[in-house]
Amino acid sequence: MKEQLAKIKEEALASFSSAADAARLNDLRVKYLGKKGELTAVLKQMGKLSAEERPVMGQLANDVRAALETALEDCSKKLEAAALERRLKEETLDVTIPGKAVSIGRQHPMNIALDELKTIFIGMGFTVLEGPEVELASYNFDRLNAEEGHPSRDWSDTFYFDEDSRVMLRSQTSPMQIRAMETMELPIRIIAPGRVYRKDEVDATHSPMFHQVEGMVIDKGVTMADLKGTLNTVVEDLYGAGTRTRFRPHHFPFTEPSCEMDVQCHKCGGAGCPTCKGEGWIELLGAGMIHPRVLEMSGIDPEVYTGWAFGIGLERMALRRFKIADMRLIFENDMRFLEQF
Amino acid sequence: MKLSRKWLGEFVSVQANDRDFAEAMTLSGSKVEGTEDLGAEIQNVVVGKILSMERHPNSDHMWICQVDAGQGEPVQIVTGAQNVKEGDLVPTALHKSLLPGGKKIEKGKLRGEISNGMLCSFPELGLEQRDFPAAYEDGIWILSDDPELTDLAVGQDIRAAVGLDDHVVEFEITPNRPDCLSVIGLAREASATFQAPLRLHEPVVKGGGDGNLAELLDVETPDADLCPRYTARMVRNVKIAPSPKWMRERLRSMGVRPINNIVDITNYVMLEYGQPMHAFDYRYVKGGKIVVRRAADGEELTTLDGNVRKLTGNMLVIADDTRAVGLAGIMGGENSEIVEDTVDVVFESANFDGTCIRKAALALGMRTEASAKFEKGLDVLNTLPAVNRACELVELLGAGEVLDGVIDVLNCVPQPTVLKLYPEKINALLGTDIPADEMRRILSSLDFGVDGDDITVPSWRGDVRTTADLAEEAARFHGYNNIPCTLQRGETTKGGYTPRQTMERRLGAVCRACGYSEIITYSFISPSAYDKIGWASEEPLRSSLRILNPLGEDTSIMRTTTLPSMLEVLARNYNYRSRSARLYEVGKIYLPGGPDGLANEPKMLTLGAYGEEMDFFTMKGAVEAVLGDLRISDLTFAACSDDPSYHPGRCAAVRAGEKTLGVMGQIHPAVAAGFGVDVPLYCTELSVEALWDAQGPGAEYVPLPKFPAVSRDIAVVCREEVTVGELTACIRRAGGKLLKDVSLFDVYRGAGIAPGSKSAAFSLTLRSDERSITAGEADEEVQLILSALEKELGAVLR
Repeated sequence: MKEQLAKIKEEALASFSSAADAARLNDLRVKYLGKKGELTAVLKQMGKLSAEERPVMGQLANDVRAALETALEDCSKKLEAAALERRLKEETLDVTIPGKAVSIGRQHPMNIALDELKTIFIGMGFTVLEGPEVELASYNFDRLNAEEGHPSRDWSDTFYFDEDSRVMLRSQTSPMQIRAMETMELPIRIIAPGRVYRKDEVDATHSPMFHQVEGMVIDKGVTMADLKGTLNTVVEDLYGAGTRTRFRPHHFPFTEPSCEMDVQCHKCGGAGCPTCKGEGWIELLGAGMIHPRVLEMSGIDPEVYTGWAFGIGLERMALRRFKIADMRLIFENDMRFLEQF
Repeated sequence: MKLSRKWLGEFVSVQANDRDFAEAMTLSGSKVEGTEDLGAEIQNVVVGKILSMERHPNSDHMWICQVDAGQGEPVQIVTGAQNVKEGDLVPTALHKSLLPGGKKIEKGKLRGEISNGMLCSFPELGLEQRDFPAAYEDGIWILSDDPELTDLAVGQDIRAAVGLDDHVVEFEITPNRPDCLSVIGLAREASATFQAPLRLHEPVVKGGGDGNLAELLDVETPDADLCPRYTARMVRNVKIAPSPKWMRERLRSMGVRPINNIVDITNYVMLEYGQPMHAFDYRYVKGGKIVVRRAADGEELTTLDGNVRKLTGNMLVIADDTRAVGLAGIMGGENSEIVEDTVDVVFESANFDGTCIRKAALALGMRTEASAKFEKGLDVLNTLPAVNRACELVELLGAGEVLDGVIDVLNCVPQPTVLKLYPEKINALLGTDIPADEMRRILSSLDFGVDGDDITVPSWRGDVRTTADLAEEAARFHGYNNIPCTLQRGETTKGGYTPRQTMERRLGAVCRACGYSEIITYSFISPSAYDKIGWASEEPLRSSLRILNPLGEDTSIMRTTTLPSMLEVLARNYNYRSRSARLYEVGKIYLPGGPDGLANEPKMLTLGAYGEEMDFFTMKGAVEAVLGDLRISDLTFAACSDDPSYHPGRCAAVRAGEKTLGVMGQIHPAVAAGFGVDVPLYCTELSVEALWDAQGPGAEYVPLPKFPAVSRDIAVVCREEVTVGELTACIRRAGGKLLKDVSLFDVYRGAGIAPGSKSAAFSLTLRSDERSITAGEADEEVQLILSALEKELGAVLR
């Protein structure tokens, strides 16, 4: 009987490890360990043994069963692992096949540039103001100190809706300065982006409709140094820390002193190249301290309050930001263009 | 405004090279647009002397010249020109020299003989006959034959010898500074910029010409408001001739072509003083009388450029007793032009009203150098020195005899502006600490009168009126870039978007998430756009704001609908062969009838799409996503067959309760065809205002279900006219509290379904929040729904 058990164990272990799959292994389990299996058959002969032999043989038989069960489990795990490996191999994909397209809409590059500006100014406590594009000439010109006879008031430059040149399409976002002064509590910190209109034929750098962003601060003790500091911060946020700027005297009817701000040419770094027309600098925006007369006309005492304002052309910013060569692309809305941003 | 640096040098010495000069002037407020070295294209060309000439052994027309080019040893040059002789001084381009047009000269052999350069004609140096009237046109330029070219030295650089050694700086002068449209004005700025003394010159006129000015000439200015001052002098026995070389050179440097001595003098004075001058032939001033008056409506004048001009009463003319002889401040008349045999000349140096001149020039389409100056408002006190300078030049050139006396009609005596200097206010405005004495120094360097804190503004600085203006003067020369940079201080303000702005930004974000890309279109459209989108002629929204002076018909009215703009962009992309497009715009429309005669400018959210995988329900899904994001409740899509822009069977009015939010659907095929598109186009127009009003309350958490749901699918057959919307509404009404969700999953027509009917299949979700419901309860609920469907809509279980 001892021999029988040893033989069963030997045979069983050998057959287990050569089983090809889980089904075969199960058959072997039934064959050796099942109710009608070989081990059970041997154990049925236990009755014939003597009382002394019985526990010894029983122990032996149990050991064999345990060994077989352990071996079965090991083989089963191995088979499972092999099966899994096979499956994984079969399931292998060509990962270079493109993904299924998800179409995500794009924001227009102009508004991407605008959003960047808005974020910077909102962070500095500014609010975003919107206002009419069909505007009174008195807001666009008179209240901004551009007297009767100012060339930009000409019908060759500005779109009008009536013979008296009273109602027009705003030629700048600057009338928003006046609207803010009229409606807001002091101190004021606003930016006012929007569409503006000038009688320019369409070409690579002109469009009869374009966008500006006006900015304005009015408070007690506002200085030109504040203007410079704020705009420098904005430029560093837009173009990177350490971007060099310079301020040049200029003229606008509604600021005094007035200035233009240049940014060092990004192409040549200031040495002079075709992009900056050899100057090393690229004009970015116009600005200045709000003319006392403008404050006065809107009922703000220039002896108590001072302010600064700037105006920036958004198209020019977007063109530079995305290296777009032709302004016409902005308003053409070609999908092949829009999808790039 | 161009500036010759040689001419500038007459008034102020500045050593800086062009780049440094340009930068310093720009930073002090005179923006330099560019600089030009007039002789940059000429290199290594000198004055050479022909020492000897002999025939070329292998040519019957060439000469072998030995030329002294100031290099010790003579230089051998072969020339084919026949007008050269021994002893002549000629422009000699040496080995490795450059000529205008990028022409390079190098030594070589001509028919076997060595030639170490080239003898030049004046066109080869980039010059014209006008520049050197005495020069022989065909052949080598014999410098020694020109009586004007004195002091020539052998070996001298040709550029210096013939006046090509000047540098020209181009300025952009802002309209508030017409005084800088002159050499003297810019010299004053340069003097203050470089802190170099300004050397002004007082014109001295000898006079003594034969005749009494008062008897010969009378000036009347009936429209005194348009002519603050009229100053004139007279010159007799004029000898019209070319002006001298130095004058021609300066005019040429500043971009003005020399004509003759008298005309050149007027241009010279205009450039130097910034005061436009006019010279006219006295014999054509009938009655010896000059009248500065408004033109009669319809009056005609042939101007110097040969064009006949029709004038109006808003234009100012210079006239004699009988007719106009010039267009004041713009251009002279042909009938009084200076010609070869002109004998007596009147020099006019006047001041005219800027706005009048500007409008006349604009109306006539003839903005001239003179009108561009006048329109900015010139210094009334400048007319007299300018006319005297012209007469001084006449005498200097020996061009005629200046009569004693000046006619000077002064209709407005300008009072000097005196301002108080408040250094602390200026520093407070600038954020600087500029000493008061430094401010005074700056102002006096600009010829402001400085007496303690009393500042007298010079007559040519009409732009300086307030303390802020004085602050700018101080800042300009202190240096804008020396003003410190500080960050905004003071009361804190709360920045950020308004709730309305936040909603609009959200709209854009959801559209993009749905695959729609943003576009920006023009606010103005063509009036024919309304026809193109099929609007009836009585459509009230056709009433649009009309631009009276549009760029063109296509951009002449302010849109009252965004649809044509979107369709145009869709059509453009279709024509560009883009296979599909999904676009959105948040843009304004402009409705007449706003406050103050302005427009109401509500915003519209417009979607537009075509192409693969696009149909009515795909777009509707995006619309539902946008509206769902706004948590708009009571949302319905009602069939709309009467919007002429849309397919009558594929268009829906979008409503929240009773309120219309907009419209969506397939564009009418005829409208699409009108835009040149033969595939279905889909659009949506939603009023941002209405969306704002309709949006629901912000998100609030609803507890997740604790008990399982039971689902039941039903398919009902009904008549074709019954809409899914009606079926769904009926199911919801009948369903009671347990019905949590209804969703359509199929609509079927065909085999098994009678013609004129359809089958609609819905999935119902039933659930209680308090307990698990039984199958029996669910079936009961479904029965209630089915009987309601049958009773109300005649829809029976399939």
